[in-house]
Amino acid sequence: MATVEAEAVSPARASGAEIVMRLWRGDASGGAFKEYRVPSLEGEVVLDVVHRIQSTQAPDLAVRWNCKAGKCGSCSAEINGRPRLMCMTRMSSLPAEPITVSPMRAFPVIRDLVTDVSYNFEVAKQIPSFTPAPKPAAGYRMAQVDIDRGQEFHKCIECFLCQNVCHVIRDHEENKPRYAGPRFFVRLAELEMHPLDTLDRRRYISENMGIGYCNITKCCTEVCPEDIHITDNAIIPLKERVVDSKYDPIAWLGRKILRHPSPTTAAEAARHTGAAAALERAARSADGGRSADRSPGT
Amino acid sequence: MAEHERHDYDVIVIGAGGAGLRAAIEALEKGARTALVCKSLLGKAHTVMAEGGVAAAMGNVWPEDNWQVHFRDTMRGGKMLNNWRMAELHAQESPDRVLELEEWGALFDRTPDGRILQRDFGGHRYARLAHVGDRTGLEMIRTLQHRAVALGVDVYMECKIVRLLQAADGAVNGAVGFWRENGRFVTFSAKAIVLATGGIGKVWKFTSNSWESTADGHALALWAGADLIDMECVQFHPTGMVWPPSARGLLVTEGVRGDGGVLKNIDGDRFMFKYISPYFAAETADTVEEGDKWYTNKADYRRPPELLPRDEVARAINSEVKAGRGSPHGGVFLDIASRRPADEIRRRLPSMYHQFKQLADVDITAEAMEVGPTCHYANGGVRVDADTAVTTVLGLYAAGEVAGGMHGANRLGGNSLSDLLVFGRRAGLAAAERALGLPGTVVLDEASVAEVISHALSFFANEGGDNPYTVHQDLQATMQNLVGIIRTAAELDEAKDRLVELGERAGKAWVEGNVSFNPGWHMALDVESMLACANCTTLGAIERKESRGGHTREDFPKPDPELEKVNMATRIRGGVFTVTPEPKPMMPDELAKLFEEAH
Repeated sequence: MATVEAEAVSPARASGAEIVMRLWRGDASGGAFKEYRVPSLEGEVVLDVVHRIQSTQAPDLAVRWNCKAGKCGSCSAEINGRPRLMCMTRMSSLPAEPITVSPMRAFPVIRDLVTDVSYNFEVAKQIPSFTPAPKPAAGYRMAQVDIDRGQEFHKCIECFLCQNVCHVIRDHEENKPRYAGPRFFVRLAELEMHPLDTLDRRRYISENMGIGYCNITKCCTEVCPEDIHITDNAIIPLKERVVDSKYDPIAWLGRKILRHPSPTTAAEAARHTGAAAALERAARSADGGRSADRSPGT
Repeated sequence: MAEHERHDYDVIVIGAGGAGLRAAIEALEKGARTALVCKSLLGKAHTVMAEGGVAAAMGNVWPEDNWQVHFRDTMRGGKMLNNWRMAELHAQESPDRVLELEEWGALFDRTPDGRILQRDFGGHRYARLAHVGDRTGLEMIRTLQHRAVALGVDVYMECKIVRLLQAADGAVNGAVGFWRENGRFVTFSAKAIVLATGGIGKVWKFTSNSWESTADGHALALWAGADLIDMECVQFHPTGMVWPPSARGLLVTEGVRGDGGVLKNIDGDRFMFKYISPYFAAETADTVEEGDKWYTNKADYRRPPELLPRDEVARAINSEVKAGRGSPHGGVFLDIASRRPADEIRRRLPSMYHQFKQLADVDITAEAMEVGPTCHYANGGVRVDADTAVTTVLGLYAAGEVAGGMHGANRLGGNSLSDLLVFGRRAGLAAAERALGLPGTVVLDEASVAEVISHALSFFANEGGDNPYTVHQDLQATMQNLVGIIRTAAELDEAKDRLVELGERAGKAWVEGNVSFNPGWHMALDVESMLACANCTTLGAIERKESRGGHTREDFPKPDPELEKVNMATRIRGGVFTVTPEPKPMMPDELAKLFEEAH
């Protein structure tokens, strides 16, 4: 099917021809697909067509978007049932019409194509933050080879498509309070593998972030618009760390030191004594964060 | 009047791009109760789209670099219209601001000896831009976002601020807005307010800017009585995508040229060699051979003209296209494929590779890109004091793109990301100091609040009025056609008349539906802001009878030395937009000496 999708350009998709779009309209109380017909224009992406419908036929059609260049991760939706960025999905890449666009399913609908993604921002508040070793007088040094993996994780645009397709939460709202989801396993992995970071988050990842729930189906990796190898490079190494050396401080310290050939950094890391206290602080504020809603606007 | 949600803080920061996040971090760390209010979700602001890098004279690649050279490059790039003190502070403080990001977890590309790598960009004498491939803005916003969250800044997302509120003495003391999600109104009372709302790109039809760049902060400041300066100096970035139509205007980073890419016309000529202005002749290579050698030997050779400041390159491309030597879709060719190995291009410019592959079916490692000018940046903005970022209104601060002065008539690439760090921090600091020094609690004027709410809701009652999207499109067409890259008196006067008419239509625009997540309503309010900006840009452009940086008059093609001495100040007085040339701050002698060798 995938090969047909990639090649099939409907004859009706020629510039000026009419295209049929079915957009989900509704709110938390319910909704349905509504059909719109608009002329096709050359080189358009799905978001262009949605915008044209909005400016000519449905001015109150709710849709989130910012950059329209695949860099901000705002316009996530399900296009013909497949989670995608609307701004990076060319109309010519889609099979014959009608084309359906619906909101992400893992999050509660606010209106039309807009969902309540505040769950993600709540999880973000609970992540024990970056805690670097004290800065040496000559400044930090990091080798490019030691940050390549971290830079892969930093490509994340927070579109939350990985969260949307994750089986643990897609149809299981009840798992959300104890599960961080793929986006935040990537975030935790980037912190764990950061050459300057000193915190040990293993117990936290296991007990509070629920990494054990992930059963490595790789759905998250498949939908990542930034091609981050979420499962192989972030989740599996995190699972290994948590399980293999569970709460073994000697092994953990050894890995932190051996990973960084720079003697300055390693020595600083070993000398750093604030790590445990910082983790405790983070854990405390995280527990508080569950109940205290600091963002009433979301 | 219906009861509304209320919040009270010492400092509120409006806008959560780089400047707003940096300001909020600073204000909170100084002990002020701080809230960050933003129109989108956290982490989506326009900073995320910045590509090439952040300029800071760290000297990691070229030890010859220092703040004086950066200062000089910035002032000359801005055609000397810059606020010298802002340019000085910026050049001095940006290295520390970049290194600070590293302490907060940022992972910049590295030099072989493990320090932050720096790349070449237009107008910068040395390789000076710290970067992460071509997604530096994402790295910066995420780093600042994580820092703000870790510190516990209160973030109010998807909240549109409609108006600022003022005390009897004129000082700002609050803001009225609404949640985009449900349309419910909210007030924030505060002792100091920082505007960090970014740019104005959506006033033009072809722009690299995201939907948020609707001049909100410029308008909030104007309505509160503040001055804007030099709004006529709009930066059209030379390289935006021109095809397909839906992608027109999307940014193609200057890093492509910094990394060796060259501009060619339909005949294959590197036409930029024909457009070296006398102003930059002494420091620009005049042969292809010399330009190519510069990438690896900056001591003995001069930089190629593709790396002239953006205003120069944008005008040159415009001229080539007008002369009939453009590419098939009305741009010119940007070629890095024939100049650098494919794997190097993919490694250094991954998101450009991705963007062209996905949106235009173009493989930039194998063929040239088609590019043309796109509205990119407001060089002018809200008038601020250099050291404190305070505007001409008490209690109101501005930092980042919304503030004016730092970049003069034309901003150098990479100076925006450093600007928002340096002045975001300074604004947050000064706002916190004011707030913490003011005793008592803030009491908002309820009548003013009611007036703002009633105005915001009035669009629902304008049955039969224009669709706000149509008004926006007409505004964009007017500004694109009449107040674009090249301007004339007749067209500017026509634009001024049309803006009056558009203002009337905008006030009567009809919003259908209800207040819950209604983009038509948001657009009606954004159009108000954009119109305020359009008026200031047009008035400034009429009054500045010369060509300088981002402002080019066909009828006054040369710079006028007298106009180098003035800022075009625009403001609203008695309900009317006014423009006044006013003397700009003069540089002290010890800094002026830095320019003697150049002239």
